[in-house]
Amino acid sequence: MAETAERSIDLALEVNGRRRSLRIEPRETLAEVLRDRLALTGTKVSCDAQVCGACTVLVDGLAVSSCTYLAADADGRRVRTVEGLAVDGRLTPLQQAFIDRAAFQCGFCTSGMLMAATALLEENPAPSADDVVRGLEGNLCRCTGYAPIVEAVLEAAAAGDRTTNGADGAAE
Amino acid sequence: MKRVTTRDAAPAPIGEPVPRRDGIAKVTGGATYATDIALPGMAHAKVLRSPYAHARVVSIDTAAARAHPGVIAVVTAEDLPDVELIYGHAVADHPLIATGKVRFAGEPVVGVVAEDAVTAQEALALVTVEYEPLPWVTDVAAALAPDAPIIHERPGEQRAHRGFEEDIERTAANVCSASRQQWGDVDAAFAEAALVVEGEFRYPLCYAYAMEPYTAVASWSEGALTVWTSAQHPYMVRDDLAHCFHLPLSAVRVIVPYVGGGYGSKSYTKIEPLTAALALRAGRPVRLALSVEEAILTTRGDGARIRLATAFDHEGHLLGRRATVHLDTGAYAENSPLVARKAANRLGGPYRIPALDVRCSAIYTNTAPASSFRGFGAPQVTFAAESQMDEAAERLGLDPLELRRRNVLQPGERPWPRVRGIDADLGADLEIAAEELEWDTPAVAGRGKAISISASDAGSEPVTTAVVRVHSDGSVTVTAGSTEIGQGSSTVLAQIAAGEMAVPLDRVHLVQSDTAAVSYDRSTGASRTTTLMGLAIQRAARDARAQLVRWAEEALAPDGPAVVEERDGVSIDGKRYDWGELVRAWFGGASGEVVGRGYVRRAGATEEMPPFWEVGCVGVEASVDEETGEIRLERLVTVGDVGCAINPQLVESQDVGAAVMGLAIQRAARDARAQLVRWAEEALAPDGPAVVEERDGVSIG
Repeated sequence: MAETAERSIDLALEVNGRRRSLRIEPRETLAEVLRDRLALTGTKVSCDAQVCGACTVLVDGLAVSSCTYLAADADGRRVRTVEGLAVDGRLTPLQQAFIDRAAFQCGFCTSGMLMAATALLEENPAPSADDVVRGLEGNLCRCTGYAPIVEAVLEAAAAGDRTTNGADGAAE
Repeated sequence: MKRVTTRDAAPAPIGEPVPRRDGIAKVTGGATYATDIALPGMAHAKVLRSPYAHARVVSIDTAAARAHPGVIAVVTAEDLPDVELIYGHAVADHPLIATGKVRFAGEPVVGVVAEDAVTAQEALALVTVEYEPLPWVTDVAAALAPDAPIIHERPGEQRAHRGFEEDIERTAANVCSASRQQWGDVDAAFAEAALVVEGEFRYPLCYAYAMEPYTAVASWSEGALTVWTSAQHPYMVRDDLAHCFHLPLSAVRVIVPYVGGGYGSKSYTKIEPLTAALALRAGRPVRLALSVEEAILTTRGDGARIRLATAFDHEGHLLGRRATVHLDTGAYAENSPLVARKAANRLGGPYRIPALDVRCSAIYTNTAPASSFRGFGAPQVTFAAESQMDEAAERLGLDPLELRRRNVLQPGERPWPRVRGIDADLGADLEIAAEELEWDTPAVAGRGKAISISASDAGSEPVTTAVVRVHSDGSVTVTAGSTEIGQGSSTVLAQIAAGEMAVPLDRVHLVQSDTAAVSYDRSTGASRTTTLMGLAIQRAARDARAQLVRWAEEALAPDGPAVVEERDGVSIDGKRYDWGELVRAWFGGASGEVVGRGYVRRAGATEEMPPFWEVGCVGVEASVDEETGEIRLERLVTVGDVGCAINPQLVESQDVGAAVMGLAIQRAARDARAQLVRWAEEALAPDGPAVVEERDGVSIG
C-alpha cells in the first residue's frame, strides 16, 4: 500500500455528537473519512468537484462539500451528517416533510439536500421560496424537478424546524 | 366468482398516495447503493482510458505498474484469453477492454487493481501505451462521407440481434443499424398536398447525469460470479456476464441495491464485465467506481439529425410524412439500434397519417457510446414533428390546437397496421392542457403559448415473472425483478400486492433485483414496471389466493361445506379463516407458506404490441426578453394519461421530474450554442467583424 505511517496525521473531531480520534493521511477528504473510516455512508459523492452538493455536510454549522474538504481541516471541529439528523428514530420535521412532499426519488442527492436545507433553516428559520432556492443553489437533483424540495423546506420551516434533533447544541 | 365482504377488510391501497416505502431509509442515510457495498478483502480498480478518438494500440508496457507497491493486478485484453471480450445485447461489438484498437477518447485500455483506489490511480501513470492515431469522425455527416474512416472493420462483430433482427443491415461502412417504417402511398400524398412543411432538425448529444456514477463490485467464489451494480436491468447484465465468462445463467448473480438515478443511462451492461474480469485476475473482490467524468464517457443519449417533411391538405389534415433520421450512436451500438427503431415508430403518431416513409439509422462515430435516455427516440423526433405541426398551423392560418384536434388519433385507433390501438384519449389530453393553459386567452405581448403531444410505444417486451409468498402469519413477501431506481416501484408494487391479497400494506414486503433470489424480469425501463410487473404480481397474488381456497377445501372442508372466498380469506359455514390460518391448516402445524406465481408474456392481454401507449402532453407559456433573447418559461402544464394511478403522488412526481429534465436539455442546448458563438468571437473574430448565429453554425463577415 502507498500509505505510510510517517505521513499519517492525527485527527480529532466530533461527528454527530460523538468524539472520534483517528490517524489519517493528509490527502484524505472529509467524505472519505466519513464514508470509508467511520462507515457513515449516508454522505454521497457524485461530481467529486464541489459542484453538485450531494456530499454536503455541516462543519461547525456551515454547509461544506465534503468531497473537496480535507479531513485535516475538520480537526477540532463539529461535523454533522445525515445520520445525525434523526435521534432515536425520530425524524426531524425537515426529514418528514421530504417524505410527505415526495421531495426525492432516487435519493442520491437527498443527504446533501437535507444538510444544506438544515444549514439554511438554522440561519433563516422563516425563509421565503426565493431564499430556499438560493440556499439550495449548490445542490443538484435530477429526479424531482426541485419544486417538491422547495415545498418540503418551506413546510419544515412552517413546522418550526429551526434546530434539528442532532444540532450542535445537543451535542455539547 | 361471487365475493362477499362480511367484515371490514384492510382498505385496498390502490389509488392512494401512500408514502414511499424507501422514504425513511433515504432521508436518514440508511439506503444502500452500489457505491456503499464493501466486501471483506475487497480491492479497488481504476481504468486507463484512451486519449485518442481513434487509434491502433501498438504496445502496452505494464511492468512498472505491476511493480508498484500495493498493486494486485494490471489487466489488458491480452491478459484475458479465457474471457469472451466482446458483448452487446443488440449488436455484439463492444469489447469490455480495448482489443488492439480504440474507437473513442475515453475507451478503457488497461485496468489496475490495487489495495486502495489511490494506489490504483497512481499505478495508471506508470503504464505506457503506444498508440498509432487513425483518422477519426466525430459527427454523423463525416461518418457517412464516402472516404470516412471505418470504425468497425469486421461486419462479423455484429452478431447478437435480439428482437429487432430485421433492422440490422450495413448500408454504408459506419451504419450500425437501419430501421424503416412505411405504409401508404407517400409519393401520391405529397403530390396532392396543399402544403408541405420541410426542415432539418438537430438534437444534441446529452448526458443523463444520474447523480450516482456507475459503480460495480464483483466477487468470484467456487466458479460462480456475484456482482453488485448500479444497473437498471440486472437480468440482462447477468446474460452478458454469462456470455463473457462462459458461465451458465445460474452461476451469475447480479444484485442491484437502490440505484441513484437512471433515466435510461443505467439500462443494459456498462462496467460489470470489466469489473468481473479484473476480479478474476486479481483473485479478490474488486470495486470499480467511476467518476462522473468517466460516466460521461460511458453512456450518453443519441444525438440526432432529422430531415422531416410533412404534407397536409388545405384543411390541415395530415396526408403524409417522410423522414430520414441519423442518430449519432458513438463508437458502439449499445441500445442505439432500438433507439433508431423507436424513433421510426414514434414518427408514426400521435396523428392519423395515411402515408408514411421513415428511415432511422444509427451511425457509428468516434465518440462515447450512446444508448437509452428518457423515452429514447421520442424526444429526438417529437421535437421535430411537433415543430412542423406549429409551422403548418401558421402557414394554413389555423390554430395550432385546432390543427392537432383534427389529426389526433382517437381511442382505439391504430396508428399503423398490426399494432395495439391507442389506449388513451389524446383529444381529451389536449383539451386538459389547453384549459389549464387558458388557451383561449391570448398571451400578452412578449409571450407565447404552445401545446404539444406525443404517443410512444412503451413497455418494451412483455417478459416478466413475479412470486407472491403468503406466510403462516398471513404476511406477504413479493419477489420482483424490477429495480428501484427512484421511480417508486418498491411502493407501487407493494400496493398492488396488498390490494390483491387484501392485507394491510405494512404486512407486505418486497425483495427486488437479485437474479439468484428473484425470478426473471426483462428490464426496468420504458415505463413497464407498474404495468407489466404490476400485472405479474396481480397474477401471482391471484394464483396464491386460488391455491389457498383449494387448500381450505382440502384441509377444512373435505366433506363438502362450501368454501366461500372473501376479500381477505375464506368462510366455511359462517366461520372465517384468514390466509395465515389456511396455510397452517393445510400444512397441519404452525408453519408453511403458499407460493403464487405470475407470468407475463406475449399472450392474452399482452399479445398485441406495444403493451401500452405512453402519452406525453405538454403546454407551455414562455416569454422572450427582446433585448437579450433570453427565453423564460412562465408556465408548464403536463398531462399524464396513465389510466388508474395506483399512487397519484408518485405519478405526479415522475411527470414533473421528467418534464424538468426535458427543459434542462433545451437549456443546455441553448447554452452550448451561446458558448460556441462566444468562442467564434474570441477565436475567429477578435477584432470585431460581426459573428452572426445561423441555424447550424455561424457566419463571419
